[in-house]
Amino acid sequence: MTALSDRPTTHAPAVGSDVRRIDGPAKVRGRAPYAYEHELDSSPAFVAIVQSPVARGRVVSIDASAAEALPGVLAVLTHENAPRLGEVVEEIRVLQSATVQYAGEPVAAVVAETSEVARDAIGRVVVRYDSEAPDVVLSVDRDDLYAPEQLMAGFETDSVIGDVDAALAAAPVAVDVTYATPVQHNQPIEMHATVARWDGDVLRMWDANQGPHNLVPVLTSAFGITEDQLHVVSPYVGGAFGSKAFTHVHQLLAGMAARVTGRTVKLELTRQQMSSLVGHRTPTIQRLRLGAEADGTLTAISHEVVEHTSRNAEFAEQTATATRLLYAAPARRTTHRLARLDVPAPTIMRAPGETPGVYALESAMDELAVALGMDPVELRVHNEPARDPERDVPWSSRNLVACLRQGAERFGWAGRDPRPRVREVGRRLVGTGVAASTYPTRRRPSQCRIEAVPGKATVVSIDASDIGTGAWTALTQIAADALGVAMAEVDLRIGDSRLPKASGAGGSTGTTSWGPAIQAAAQALRERVHAEHGGQLPAGGVVVTGSSGPGEEVERFSMHAFGAHFAEVRVDRDTGEVRVPRMTSVFAAGRIVNATTARSQFLGGMTMGLSMALHEESVLDAVHGHFANHDLAEYHVATNADVGEMDISWLDEVDEHVNPLGAKGIGEIGIVGAAAAIGNAYWHATGRRVRDLPITPEAFFRGE
Amino acid sequence: MDTQITLRVDGADRPLTVDTRTSLLDAMRERLGATSAKKGCDHGQCGACTVLLDGRRVNSCLVLAVTAQGQEVTTSDGLAVDGQPHALHEAFVDHDAYQCGYCTPGQITSAAGVVAEARAGWPSAVTEDLVGDQVDLTDDEIRERMSGNLCRCAAYANIVPAVAEYATEQGVRA
Amino acid sequence: MREFRYEKATDPAGAVATLTAAPEGAYLGGGTNLVDLMRLGVATPDVLVDVRQLTSTEVEDLPDGGLRIGAAVPNADLAAEPRVRERFPLLAQALLAGASGQLRNRATTGGNLLQRTRCTYFTDVTMPCNKRAPGSGCGAVAGYHRNLAVLGATNRGGDDGHTCIATHPSDMAVALRALDATVRVLGAEGERAVPIGELHRLPGEDPSRDTTLAHGELITAIDVPALPWATRSRYRKVRDRASYAFALVSVAAAMDLRGTGPDAVVADVRIALGGVAHVPWRATVAEDALRGGPATEEAFAAAVAAELAAADPLPENAFKLPMATNLVTRTLLQISGEARA
Repeated sequence: MTALSDRPTTHAPAVGSDVRRIDGPAKVRGRAPYAYEHELDSSPAFVAIVQSPVARGRVVSIDASAAEALPGVLAVLTHENAPRLGEVVEEIRVLQSATVQYAGEPVAAVVAETSEVARDAIGRVVVRYDSEAPDVVLSVDRDDLYAPEQLMAGFETDSVIGDVDAALAAAPVAVDVTYATPVQHNQPIEMHATVARWDGDVLRMWDANQGPHNLVPVLTSAFGITEDQLHVVSPYVGGAFGSKAFTHVHQLLAGMAARVTGRTVKLELTRQQMSSLVGHRTPTIQRLRLGAEADGTLTAISHEVVEHTSRNAEFAEQTATATRLLYAAPARRTTHRLARLDVPAPTIMRAPGETPGVYALESAMDELAVALGMDPVELRVHNEPARDPERDVPWSSRNLVACLRQGAERFGWAGRDPRPRVREVGRRLVGTGVAASTYPTRRRPSQCRIEAVPGKATVVSIDASDIGTGAWTALTQIAADALGVAMAEVDLRIGDSRLPKASGAGGSTGTTSWGPAIQAAAQALRERVHAEHGGQLPAGGVVVTGSSGPGEEVERFSMHAFGAHFAEVRVDRDTGEVRVPRMTSVFAAGRIVNATTARSQFLGGMTMGLSMALHEESVLDAVHGHFANHDLAEYHVATNADVGEMDISWLDEVDEHVNPLGAKGIGEIGIVGAAAAIGNAYWHATGRRVRDLPITPEAFFRGE
Repeated sequence: MDTQITLRVDGADRPLTVDTRTSLLDAMRERLGATSAKKGCDHGQCGACTVLLDGRRVNSCLVLAVTAQGQEVTTSDGLAVDGQPHALHEAFVDHDAYQCGYCTPGQITSAAGVVAEARAGWPSAVTEDLVGDQVDLTDDEIRERMSGNLCRCAAYANIVPAVAEYATEQGVRA
Repeated sequence: MREFRYEKATDPAGAVATLTAAPEGAYLGGGTNLVDLMRLGVATPDVLVDVRQLTSTEVEDLPDGGLRIGAAVPNADLAAEPRVRERFPLLAQALLAGASGQLRNRATTGGNLLQRTRCTYFTDVTMPCNKRAPGSGCGAVAGYHRNLAVLGATNRGGDDGHTCIATHPSDMAVALRALDATVRVLGAEGERAVPIGELHRLPGEDPSRDTTLAHGELITAIDVPALPWATRSRYRKVRDRASYAFALVSVAAAMDLRGTGPDAVVADVRIALGGVAHVPWRATVAEDALRGGPATEEAFAAAVAAELAAADPLPENAFKLPMATNLVTRTLLQISGEARA
């Protein structure tokens, strides 16, 4: 094998080439095993969850006798008899007390021989509650809004530079507008599912998550076991988008049910339960004030965010943080205030923070361009900052202007008539819009082990996670290049808590974290073989580990991916129906490891942004406190027919600062700003500025 | 209420015991170990469970297993013949018409149904000439006809060319 | 889901006898609505009598040029039926606008008519709902209702025990309502013919009942009488997504136009609305206003306005009124434009 040679490899580099998904043949036939599909021969028992319809109150009594009497029922767990959990955060302390803090909170769980019996039995558990009227309505007028200590990911809650109010008052041109985004739900098509079994004092789980190691601290603490006593397996995950990042109540319930019954248990949430048990994107109300000189130079930026969290958790989404760096102005202010409501804990959903925040900022920028009489592309180009305006450090690379220019060219932006509501095709009003996108480039500590034995495929082990991102393929490419072998000579192992610890999939950090760890391990292998074995892999093989994590680049540079979206919108002037026949998006996201899977990542993000713009809203019932439209017939995500021509491209961006791979992460940049481009195009088509998402058909009739 | 039935799944007769409440989907996934068809909603709202039932695409979550006796159930896995991938399998891989892969077997069985329906001359909601007996599976036709299969990874814009490639092979796309 | 006995009858009369003897039983057609509701605990039959392949799966010619549709004809087959596409395009379009290809393959004609009305409080057994749990109140009036009824609803503020603002979900039924179809029903007492306008009922004092059928009655066929000018007809549906979504508002319309050019007169017209009421809503007020009058945009809009004068919208669904006005007006203009051409 040439793996250990310093000579150039005889193989064409796999990274950067257009390689098809290696897990594809299994996935298309349905043979790749997802969580629920493990342990098929183990005579599993099935768990179903009883949920509280009360959003705020306490359980007064539970009568499980009718359920227990049902043939096939093995156990009914309640807060009175469930195993006591060790220390875990309050939002997942399931069945540990009588207190109810949100509608849908589990109050009992049934374990039965079949899923049919378990589902039948939950309807026979009689629970009585003391309830109070829930408080679930977010508003800027609430007197209990508070500033959290810090935002998610450690961001400062507020950022104030200069005298913003004075700058706004003095600005020749200004906009002062408020946008609202609703609760959205991640809705991966694979519902969260866990198969659990105790083998003696070892807990085994086959689970749908974004990284088995993410679960380890919670599950070991909850069940009072060591890391050696926990084994979480997750080779394939049917989408996640953030909801499978953290440990939720169902994983704890599965572990408890398995312990109580001594059986292998399967717990698959229902689609309806996905609305209350695995988090949601917090709703936001965002006031944007922008001031500018007549030539478009920004003089003031103010972005004030109000959003919700739950009684049982502080989830402080970093909604305005992108506003701290996308454009510069002498006076700037971003603030975040939270309302604690009787709702389930929010969680991360694809580009938390940037997705709602850049929607508002980039919509306001469009309104400012209109107020200035300036082309919205030119307004953005004009305000391109040379350095990170908040941190006063250089960009590791920033190619937003190039994305805007290339996108404008591909989309045919030149010569656009800025006037709204002057174009028609048939009965449809036509408009176009643009928005910028940005997402931070980060990496997290990760470790990799490589086992090389002559004549065998090299085993590359890392607890990475492929939630649909293409990690199986991209990491195999990276390993092949790092080892100097063909992809077929790499035996990648991921999705298992007994593999070397790695960060979870999320925050667009997968490839940037795992890739360098694989490269480091390959380098260690090369060095070991040279130093100890004269450059020849010994017959007994060699095992090495390598690790990677953030370095000094974090302090020296501001590191972000950028992009530009262009959308055409058509609005039926009779019915208000909105269609997006085409989008063009251009990204600058560093090195692209796999063109095929990267394009799909961008496409998925853009389409989810389209879905956010036009369809997605979870409605909180103010009286009962539950999400009223809690299934896929009522919570609309885009269908095939909602998506038109999607033109996706990227710049050949070289960034040697971000990490050894030069990649910036691509999972989230596609969604950021997409809804703003569509909303801006809707205004251009109709002359109506819709400032609360989604833009459903009735938006066209408001005020009529 | 338990009852003995025989299901014919992907060409094999599979005797089993089901509850009358057991859906065809759960019978396959929980009792036969046939997990190609997926559960995404259990209410006919996502299409991940799509199978061909006597050649017609249906949501297997809404079919009671006891009613499917004597019918031919085909999952995506069963579209493969002698271990060889079906043309749709290859087209989906070639066009990267998926990401997580969970909705994919349902997309593929649905696509097989779409092409069969087009061959039979069935119109769709976007068919201009309602009385014509020939269907041309244009991109818009594929988008509409495949809309009963949600894909949250949103590979739609890749699914359309994958289905189009197969439709062209099958002579239902100009 | 409650346990149930599964019965497969050998003929329609046997099915009727079996179900008549089982007061908590239900017929199983395609199952696309019933199995959904059973899994939610909303429907709790103790016996299911499988009638999916019991009644006719054929579409037959009636002597007058109309069609007799077997109750077991799948929605997909009915939409593809050449005689339906030629004679009653609005019916084919309505069917194709409904649900998804998979669901249309499974759902039957009879079952489609008997879909339960739609409301998220009805389908959530933990919520109040006068339809599912009579007297428990209506969660929708003060809650989520943007997709619910603006016409014919019983809306007395939610807690009177009768309030119900649910909508009928079927697209097909809206077209059949416009076509004055007759529903052929077999009961313990024998056969009867029910005009489709008398099949579905408004919530009134008893929102638990969606139809006038007695327990045990089985739909065997639907007769669509001849309507030569239905060749110029349309079904249009406004929905949140481009496909696979229930109607916010829909219209089935056909028009018989006499004369040409600006002097053309509406000799006869059929208009039915979906997504606006507990039943497929026949717009008789609008039809009466149009019959014998000019086929102009102003006349169409005025007729719809007259129809909607009785509407009682809520804050979140008031948009349905201008939407319906525009939709009906534009659809009638399209039909009249085609007629003139």
